[in-house]
Amino acid sequence: MPVPVEYFQILAGILFAIGVMGVLFRRNLLIIFMSVELMLNAANISLVAFSRSLNNIDGQVIVFFVLAVAAAEVAVGLAIIIDLFRKEGTVDVNRVRLLRG
Amino acid sequence: MDLFWLIPFLPLIGFLINGIGIKWVPKQLAGLIACSVVGIAFAIAVGAFLELRSLPVADRSVTHVMFPWIMAGQFNVNVAFLWDQLSSVMVMIVTGVGFLIHVYSLGYMKNDPGFKRYFAYLNLFTFAMLLLVMGDNFLLLFVGWEGVGLCSYLLIGFWYQKDSATDAGKKAFIVNRIGDFGVLLGMFLVYWNTGSLTFVEVFERAPAVFIAGAALPTAITLLFFLGATGKSAQLPLYVWLPDAMEGPTPVSALIHAATMVTAGVYLFARASGLFAMAPDAMMVVAIVGALTAFMAATIGLVQNDIKRVLAYSTVSQLGYMFLAVGSGAYIAAIFHLMTHAFFKALLFLGSGSVIEACHHEQDMRKMGGLRKKMPITSTTFMIGSLALAGVPIFAGFFSKDEILYNTFTSGTLGAIGPVLWVIGALAALMTAFYITRAVAMTFYGEPKDKEIHDHAHESPSVMTVPLMILAVASTVGGFLGIPIFMKYNVMHNWLGPLIGGGGHGAHGGDHGAVTEHGTTHLAAGPSDHGGGHAEHNVTLEVILMGISVAIALFGIVWAWQNYVKHPKRAEAMGARFPGLYKLLDGKWFVDEFYNAVIVVPIVGFSKFLWTVVDSEFVDGLVNGTGKLMRGIGSALRPVQSGLTPNYATAILVGAIVIMGYVVLGGAR
Amino acid sequence: MPVLSLITFLPLIGALLIWFLPMSSKGHRGLALLTTLVTFAVSLQLWFGFERGTADFQYVEKLAWIPDFGVSYHLGIDGISILLVLLSTFLGIIGVLASWTAVEKRTKSYYAFLLVLQTGMTGVFVSLDLFLFYVFWEAMLIPMYFLIGIWGGERRLYAAVKFFLYTMFGSLLMLVALIYLAVTYYQQTGVMSFDLLEIYSVALGREQQLWLFAAYALAFAIKVPLFPFHTWLPDAHVEAPTAGSIILAGVLLKMGTYGYVRFCLPLFPEATVAAVPVIAILSVIGIIYGALVAMVQPDIKKLVAYSSVSHLGFVMLGVFALNIQGLQGGMLQMINHGVSTGALFLLVGMIYERRHTRLIENFGGITKVMPAFAVCFLIVTLSSIGLPGTNGFVGEFLVLLGAFAANKWYGVLATTGVILAACYMLWMFQRVMFGVIKHKENEDLKDLNLREWITVLPLLILIFWMGIYPKPFLDTMDASLKNVLVQVGQAPPQIPNMDTHGDHDDHSDYRVIPMDDDTNLVMIDSGKAPDATLMSQETELKDAGASNENAPGEEME
Repeated sequence: MPVPVEYFQILAGILFAIGVMGVLFRRNLLIIFMSVELMLNAANISLVAFSRSLNNIDGQVIVFFVLAVAAAEVAVGLAIIIDLFRKEGTVDVNRVRLLRG
Repeated sequence: MDLFWLIPFLPLIGFLINGIGIKWVPKQLAGLIACSVVGIAFAIAVGAFLELRSLPVADRSVTHVMFPWIMAGQFNVNVAFLWDQLSSVMVMIVTGVGFLIHVYSLGYMKNDPGFKRYFAYLNLFTFAMLLLVMGDNFLLLFVGWEGVGLCSYLLIGFWYQKDSATDAGKKAFIVNRIGDFGVLLGMFLVYWNTGSLTFVEVFERAPAVFIAGAALPTAITLLFFLGATGKSAQLPLYVWLPDAMEGPTPVSALIHAATMVTAGVYLFARASGLFAMAPDAMMVVAIVGALTAFMAATIGLVQNDIKRVLAYSTVSQLGYMFLAVGSGAYIAAIFHLMTHAFFKALLFLGSGSVIEACHHEQDMRKMGGLRKKMPITSTTFMIGSLALAGVPIFAGFFSKDEILYNTFTSGTLGAIGPVLWVIGALAALMTAFYITRAVAMTFYGEPKDKEIHDHAHESPSVMTVPLMILAVASTVGGFLGIPIFMKYNVMHNWLGPLIGGGGHGAHGGDHGAVTEHGTTHLAAGPSDHGGGHAEHNVTLEVILMGISVAIALFGIVWAWQNYVKHPKRAEAMGARFPGLYKLLDGKWFVDEFYNAVIVVPIVGFSKFLWTVVDSEFVDGLVNGTGKLMRGIGSALRPVQSGLTPNYATAILVGAIVIMGYVVLGGAR
Repeated sequence: MPVLSLITFLPLIGALLIWFLPMSSKGHRGLALLTTLVTFAVSLQLWFGFERGTADFQYVEKLAWIPDFGVSYHLGIDGISILLVLLSTFLGIIGVLASWTAVEKRTKSYYAFLLVLQTGMTGVFVSLDLFLFYVFWEAMLIPMYFLIGIWGGERRLYAAVKFFLYTMFGSLLMLVALIYLAVTYYQQTGVMSFDLLEIYSVALGREQQLWLFAAYALAFAIKVPLFPFHTWLPDAHVEAPTAGSIILAGVLLKMGTYGYVRFCLPLFPEATVAAVPVIAILSVIGIIYGALVAMVQPDIKKLVAYSSVSHLGFVMLGVFALNIQGLQGGMLQMINHGVSTGALFLLVGMIYERRHTRLIENFGGITKVMPAFAVCFLIVTLSSIGLPGTNGFVGEFLVLLGAFAANKWYGVLATTGVILAACYMLWMFQRVMFGVIKHKENEDLKDLNLREWITVLPLLILIFWMGIYPKPFLDTMDASLKNVLVQVGQAPPQIPNMDTHGDHDDHSDYRVIPMDDDTNLVMIDSGKAPDATLMSQETELKDAGASNENAPGEEME
C-alpha cells in the first residue's frame, strides 16, 4: 500500500519549517546555508511526491533542475563564505553588516 | 562708370594686403598701398561722377548687383551698389577727404609701432563707409553702418594699452549699438509693410502703403532717428563722441568729423521720401538737432583740450545738420555735411599737427604763441576756424546760413521754426566764440610752457600739404551751394532731382514723382530752382544772413577781446558764474547721469540675476529636487540594516503575505 | 553605398580600434584625428551630392531592426539635418585637434569616448525612426558624462551628474511620448511602427497633442537649454575639457532645437501654435537673461556658456516665429552658434592651456604678447555679437525679422539682446585682451602655433563665408523648412499692398533671383482681407493653425 501523498507533504512542510527557522535564528552563515539547502530539498520532496501521485513527470524534471542549481549554488556560496571568513575573520551574520545602507 | 562697383573693393583689397600681410609687407609699402587704393578709388569716383553728370537726369541712377546675399522666402536682399547723385557726392567726400587724411597719417603715424595695423584699419573703415553710402538697400547700408562702428571701435582703442582708449572704444560701440537697435526695428517695419528693403522699391511703394502723418511712418522715422542719434552723436546718445578723441588725431578727423558721424544725415537724405511722410517725427528731429547744436556748443565753450573743443563742435555741427533735415532741407544738410567735412577735417588735422609739435600735449592752457613757429598749420587752422564760425566767403557760412534760413521758413516746423532759429543762432554765436578762443589760446598770446614752445616745430610737408588742400576746399567749397537767390546753386541742381527740394514742406515719398519734378526743373534751366523754392523770400534770406554774419563777427570779436587782448577777463568770467561754469565744465554731467541711472542699475540687476535668481532660485529648485530625493533615501536607509536575518525575516513575511493573498484573495 | 551609416559608425569603429589596439598616446590621438578626418571627408559627399529644392529625405537607408515592434533602422537626411551632420563631423575634427596637447591622462579612453560621442550625435541627426533616435539620444549621454566626469575641472563630478540627470529626466518623458505615439499609430492602422515618416500621419486630438508636445518639448527644452532649464549648462561647460565644451555647445545643444523642428512642429502642429506664446516668451527671457547674467561672470567659460543661453534663445524664437524667415534664421543660427561658440571655447581653451586659469581678472593686455590670438579672438567675438559680414548677423537678422512678424513685441524685446551681446562680449574682450599686462605670468605667453592656426582657421573661414555668402546654406535648408511650415499649417505673414506673385519683373535690374512663389503653397485662409496689417497678425496665425488640423500628415505621403 502506497504511502499517502499527505504524509510526504507534511514531511516536506516540517523540513521546510526547520529550514526557515534555521535561516532566521542561527547566526553561523554555514548553518544558514545548510538550512537553505534543507528548504530546497523540502521543496524537492514535495515535487517528487506530487509527481508520483499525479503520474506526471514534470515535477521530477524540475527536481533535477533544482538539484543542478543547488549544486552550483553550493559551489558559489561556499566560496563566498570562505572568502568572507578570510576577510572578516568570522561567519557570524550579526557581525557582518557590509550591506548596511 | 561701369567700374564704380570697384570703389569699395579697392580699400578692401588694401585692408586684406596690409591686414593679412602685416608681418611681411614692409612699412613703406603698406603706407603706399593704403594711400593709393583710396586715391584710385577717388579717381574712379570722380570719373564715374562725371559720367553720371553727362547722363540725362532721369537716368542718373545705376545699380550694380554683385551677388544675392540673404534670401528667406520672399525676403531677398542682394549685395548691390547704387550710383546716383547722392551716393556719388558722398563717395567723393569719403574718398577725397579720406585720401588726404591717409596721406597725412603717413606723417602723423610715422613712428608708431602699430603703423601697419593703423593703415589696415583705416582701409577697412573706408571700405565700410563706402558700403554704407553705396549700398542699394537698407540692409547693406546697415552693414556699412555697423562696419564703420567696428572700425571706429578699433581705431578709438588703437592704443589698446591705454585703459581710457579702450573704454572709449567700447563705449562708442555700445552706444552705437543702442542706435542700431532702432535701425534694425525700423528695417523690420519697413520690410513687413513694403515687402522690400531696396531703396528704390521701398520709396516706390511707400506712398501706397503709408499714410502721411500716421503712426507707422512716424514710428519708422523715429526708429531710424534713434540710429542716427547714435551714429551721428545727437542727444541723447552723443556721449561717445567726445571720448572718441582718445584715438589718433587723423582718425578723429576722418571718422569722427568728416565721414562716419555724418552717416545719420546721409540716411535721412537717402530716405527723405519716406521720412517726409512723418512730419511729427521730423519736428522731433529738428528739435533734437537744435538742442544738440546748442548744448554741445555750451560745453565747447569751456573745454581746455583742443581735441575736445573740436569734438563738441562736431556734435554741435551735426546738430545743425539734423536741424536742416528736420526742417525738410535735406540738400542743405548734405551741403553742410560736405563743407563740414572739409573744415572740420582741416581743424582736426591742424590740431593733430599742433599736438605732434607739442609732443602729444593736448591741453591748450600749455600752448600759446605757436603762430610763428608753425605758420602753415596756424594759417590753415585759422581758415578752418573762420569757416566754422560762419564768416562770409568761407564754406561754413553758406551752408550754415542755408540751414538757418530753412529752419526759419520751414513749412513742416511752422511756428517752432523761428524758435529753433533762435537756438541755432545762439549756438552759432557760441561756435564763433569757442573756436576763436581755441585759436587764441593755441596760436596767440604768450607761450605758457616754455619747454613745449621751444621744441615746437612745423610739421613735414606730408602733413601740411593735405592741410593746405583742405584749406582751399574750406574756402571755395561754399560756392558749390551759394545762396539760392544768387540763381546758381550746384548742390541743388545736382541733388534736387533725387532728394527733392530745399525744404518747403514735404515733397511726398513718391520717387517717380520726384524724378519727374527734376526733369521739369532741368528744362527750366538754372534760373529756376524747382518747385520747392517757388516762394523763395529773398529779402528775408538777406536779413537772416546779415544777422548770422553779425552774430559770427560778434562772437569772434568777443572771444578775441577776452582771450587775446585781455586774457585775465576770461578767468574772471568763469569765476563770476561758478555754478554755470561747473555745469559746463562737467559737460552737463550727462555721463555721470547715464552711469548712475543706466549702467550701475543694469550691472547690479545682472549680479542679482546671477547670484540670487540663477544660483539660488533656479538652481535651488534643481538642487532642491536632488536634495528631496536624498532625503527620501536617507529616511528609508535604516531599513537596509545589513543584518542577514532581518532580510530573511522580511522575505518570509513577504512570502507569507503573498501566499496569503493568493490563497485567500485569489480564491475569489 | 550606405553613406549615412558610414558617417555614423566610422567614429565608433575608430573608437574600438583605439580601445583594443595597443599603441602610445600619440597613436591614440593620431588615429582619432584620422578617423574624424575620414568621416568628415565622407560626409562632404553629402554636401555635394545633396539635391536641393526638395523636401524629401535623401540617402535613405531602411532595414528592419526589431520587426515585432515595428522598429526599423531608418536613416535619411533632408535640408534640416544635413547641415547639422556636417557640423558634427566638422567639429569632431576640431575637438580632436583641441585636445591634442591639452589631454595627457588616459588618452585611450578619452579619444575613444570622443569618437563614440560623435557616433551618438550623428546618429541623432540622421535617424528617422523614433526608437532609433531615442537610442542615439541616450547613447550620446554616456560618453559625454565620462568626458566631463573624468577629464573635467574641479567640480566635474557635480557637473557631470547634473548634466546626466537633467537630460535623463527630460528624455524619459520623451520615451513615454514616443511609445504613446507608436501605440496610437497601431490603434489607428493596425500596424506597429516607430517610423517617423509614418508616425507623421497619426491623427491626434488637441488634448493629446498638448500632452505629447509637452513631453517632447520638455526633453528638448532641457537640451537647448531654454530658460529656466539652463542651469546645467554653465556647470557642464565650465567643468568640461575644451573639446567637450566645443562639442557640447556646437552640437549637443543643437539636438534640442533640431528636435523641435523635426518632431514637435510637424507632429503636433496644433499644440505648437498653442505653445508659441509660452516658448517665445521663455526664449525672449532667455535672450535677455542669458545676456545679463553673462555680463557679470568672472569666468570666461561661464560667460560664454551664458551667452549660449542667449543665442539659443534666438534660435528658439526664430523657430517658433513659425514663418520662413524665422525658421531659416533659427536653423542658420544653430550652425552659426556651433561655429562661433565652438571657436570661442577653442580659443578660451588655448589660453587656459597656457595659463591654467579662466578668470578674466587674471588676464589683461594679452594682445601685446599674442597678437595673432587677439585677431582670431576678435573675429570670433564679433561673430558672436552678430556683426554684419560675419555669420552671426545673417542668422540673428532673419530670426528677428521673423519674430517681428510673428509678434512685434517679441521682435522688439529680442532685439535688445543685440545691444546686450555687445556689452558683455566687448567688456570681456577689453578686460582680457586690452590694457597693460598686470600679471607677470602673462608676459611670455606664446602666440598661436601651427596646429592651433590649423584648428582655428577653418572656423574663421566659415564665419566669413556664412556671413558674406550664406546662399548655399539657405538654399540647402529652404525646401525642407518650407515643408515644415506646411506641416504646421502656417501662412506666411501678409505684406500689405504687395502682389504676392511679385511685380518684380518690372525691376529685373534689381533682382537677379526671381522671387519664390512660396506664398501660394500655403494660402490657408484666402478669405482674409489681403491688406491685413501686422497688428492683426496673431489672430490670423491662430486661425490658420486651427483650420488646418489634420493636414500635415498628408503632405508627407
